[in-house]
Amino acid sequence: MNKPLRRIAIFCGLLVLTLLLRDNWLQYVKADSLKDDPKNRRVTIARYSTPRGDIIVDGDPITGSTKTSKSGLNDLEYKRTYKDGPMWAPVTGYASQAFGANQLESIEDGILTGTDDRLFFRNTLDMITGKQKQGGNVVTTLNAAAQKAAYDGLKKQGGKGAVAAIDPSTGKILALASYPSYDPSTFAGNSTSTDSKNWTALQKKNNPSDPMLNRALRETYPPGSTFKVVTAAAALENGLYTSADEATDSPLPYIMKGTTTELKNEGNIPCKNATLRIALRYSCNTVFGKIGSDLGNDKMLAEAKKFGFDSEQFTPVRSSASVFSDNMNSSQTALSSIGQFNTAATPLQMAMVASAVANNGKLMKPYMVDKLQSSNLDTISQTEPEELSQPLSAKNAQILQSMMETVVKEGTGTKAQISGVTVGGKTGTAQHGVENSENPYAWFISYAKLPDGSSPVAVATVIEDDNANRDDISGGGLAAPIAKSVMEAVINSKK
Amino acid sequence: MSSTTNTPTHHTSTIGAIGAPSRRNTELALLLFAVVIPVFAYANVGLAIDDKVPAGLLSYGLGLGLLAGVGHLAVRKFAPYADPLLLPLATLLNGLGLVVIWRLDQSKLLQSLPTYVAAAPRQLLYTALGIALFVVVLIFLKDHRVLQRYTYISMFGALVLLILPLVPGLGANIYGAKIWIRVPGLGSLQPGEFAKIALAVFFAGYLMVKRDALALASRRFMGLYLPRGRDLGPILVVWLMSILILVFETDLGTSLLFFGMFVIMLYVATERTSWIVFGLLMSAAGAVGVASFEPHVQQRVQAWLDPMKEYKLSQAGVAGHSEQSMQALWAFGSGGTLGTGLGQGHSDLIRFAANSDFILATFGEELGLAGIMAVLLIYGLIVERGVRTALAARDPFGKLLAVGLSGAFALQVFVVAGGVMGLIPLTGMTMPFVAYGGSSVLANWALIGILIRISDTARRPAPAPATNPDVEMTQVVRPS
Repeated sequence: MNKPLRRIAIFCGLLVLTLLLRDNWLQYVKADSLKDDPKNRRVTIARYSTPRGDIIVDGDPITGSTKTSKSGLNDLEYKRTYKDGPMWAPVTGYASQAFGANQLESIEDGILTGTDDRLFFRNTLDMITGKQKQGGNVVTTLNAAAQKAAYDGLKKQGGKGAVAAIDPSTGKILALASYPSYDPSTFAGNSTSTDSKNWTALQKKNNPSDPMLNRALRETYPPGSTFKVVTAAAALENGLYTSADEATDSPLPYIMKGTTTELKNEGNIPCKNATLRIALRYSCNTVFGKIGSDLGNDKMLAEAKKFGFDSEQFTPVRSSASVFSDNMNSSQTALSSIGQFNTAATPLQMAMVASAVANNGKLMKPYMVDKLQSSNLDTISQTEPEELSQPLSAKNAQILQSMMETVVKEGTGTKAQISGVTVGGKTGTAQHGVENSENPYAWFISYAKLPDGSSPVAVATVIEDDNANRDDISGGGLAAPIAKSVMEAVINSKK
Repeated sequence: MSSTTNTPTHHTSTIGAIGAPSRRNTELALLLFAVVIPVFAYANVGLAIDDKVPAGLLSYGLGLGLLAGVGHLAVRKFAPYADPLLLPLATLLNGLGLVVIWRLDQSKLLQSLPTYVAAAPRQLLYTALGIALFVVVLIFLKDHRVLQRYTYISMFGALVLLILPLVPGLGANIYGAKIWIRVPGLGSLQPGEFAKIALAVFFAGYLMVKRDALALASRRFMGLYLPRGRDLGPILVVWLMSILILVFETDLGTSLLFFGMFVIMLYVATERTSWIVFGLLMSAAGAVGVASFEPHVQQRVQAWLDPMKEYKLSQAGVAGHSEQSMQALWAFGSGGTLGTGLGQGHSDLIRFAANSDFILATFGEELGLAGIMAVLLIYGLIVERGVRTALAARDPFGKLLAVGLSGAFALQVFVVAGGVMGLIPLTGMTMPFVAYGGSSVLANWALIGILIRISDTARRPAPAPATNPDVEMTQVVRPS
């Protein structure tokens, strides 16, 4: 019986060997993917086991951490807190024990919790010296005064809306506000009685105004007349017209090519063969519609793409791609060129348009994280400004600037004037809804230019106001004052 | 004379090992480690959780030391030539199991469960009872061949034990598997653990008698010796019994364990590979057949194939689904190579049965790959010492019983560890010695007792030849 016994001994050895192999597979090969699986509760426990690093604006943290009560079954030691949560929510996103994290809180989670590989040396040192692991900080490019001006302006207005402001020369995002907003503190914990209830109440299905939507980055609106800046840039860049004051070939009334439909202007304005300056000042649909139609879909699309349309931006928080369509016929291109039909843009996108014009034609990549710091404030990584494209030449940019400055000086955007500062801008009132039945969106894009020729800020503001009187909605009336206060805030903070 | 034992040709047989070292002092030295290691582990848990050495350290250390000492003295007195590794290895596993059970007792999450009881004190009591049973086995089972007389009684006993959980009012359905009985005042018992030993005794006794018939009367077909139809009877009966267990008690593990043990013993008894082939075919057919209509088994297989889906279903609140498999995998993965350290993991997330069926996951998370490998190797060592005992045994009954018990032990470790680690579908069995559970601890200490008894008999020096007057008589035969 000894021969089969030896074989059984080998068989039993193989059973144990199989288990050993399986264990090596689990605990060595697959270990990291199991350990970092977001559904693995340990990830959440680790995230809240130490005070989370902070998100910093102008040297002050806009976030914090507080010790949670360790009573009962709560296995999460710290909870996120936010200062002026609703104002900063479009920047920070949220970090909730129960509902996970998004935006900066999620993208820079490794730094904030201190698990990022770039903190490895620091962490090892802390482990040896017996110090508690600490998260690093995320230093943003935002300007607290500008953000406050933007949020307060939207709040005072009361309707839904968003503001995006950029430093044209670097692409630094200075303000990013959305209204109505939410306070991420209200659901940062994991209590079923308060946090879950607050979270549920904020969801779109329970709250039609969708406060958790980051309108500055994630909502695309028809840009209306503000898109005429892009169309004007396309006309200049493609040599259709070479100066702001040359008469255009613009019949009135204008019947769109290939149709019998007349493209109308708002009111009785002097658009017949108007110069680009006059056309932008009065916001002539006929002139810019015809420019789009004359240039054709391809050239318009190429120019729009140079301004950033049709691609997502990673700031590093992702913004939705703005839309300028392809394969349109002549009349559709005409409508698209005045910011109607399929054309849609995020507030960030329109701020990029204004910033490219202000920065003499160079479009800088928009970003909101200036640098990442370790817990002892050593810089781990620094974002360098980066040129995204050059939608128009410096010469054409200056022509466009002079046109936009006319709009603010004596056109539809007079409410954005700031004494001692040159402001260029463009209003927009975009129609939406079936047969334009719903209230239009009020747009205003602008930039400020200091006496020394530098341009510290470009802003895009959009207001969608269901309550306002339809006639009252015009970019100049609702959106321009907010843009003005944001620009003033940036200029004052520079002094 | 002792030199004969050292010649290579006799290395598997200890016949004539007069004067062979009893190895009792080796056992004592190893036992010291087997007690000290869990005591350190216990202190470690206390320091990790409360930043202080646990208050019960001294009594725990003394208790485990006392139990190990009693076991050792019993072996020294009643089985002086026994294998020196079995007792220390079992003590080490039992001690580590106690530490991890105590560690899980400290979890607030587990304390909040309605099923929570402070398990460590109970397990310590079970351990004391287990070692008492071990001593009783050594004292009263002077020679394992006595068990041969109880071949059919064992069979009857095993069947009764297996049927008990199905008796209305006595059996308890715990999370799908009906392998428990509730005894008022005593708590729950898993009779299958005891049936394992009884069945091994029955198979050993039966096969010892029938092995020649089963081995020799066969036809050769395609290189395999096919048994005669009538000899197929016993294996069919055991197969049917396993299937019935699977169907009525919905326990894949026990079913696999009994059938596997029988096939191993049948193979050893007859030396016919064909039985292995038959066994594999029959168990495959049985498992597939039952799985095709038994929803509980199907669900276990689904959970094994896609633990993440099972986890999501359980999170969505779908009845009958469990997050345990996925939680166990996360625990293993989070432990990594070296583990988090005792008391610093989160294996309590497994919740129900974290300290019994799933206790290996806590070992995995807190002691890491290194710890699990060590634990598995200890199990492997126990099994191989058992098979070594079978090799050394001088009588066929002892050989069969030793290999049956060791094989069953190996299969149980494989089925439970493989289930928890996601290698095979999960079954409702517990890891011998480390898992919380009285039946398991008691039955496995009895199993170790029997192995020690067989190994003692095997290694015991042959008695000096007695002067036999008959011998002289035959030598002085003279023609008259």
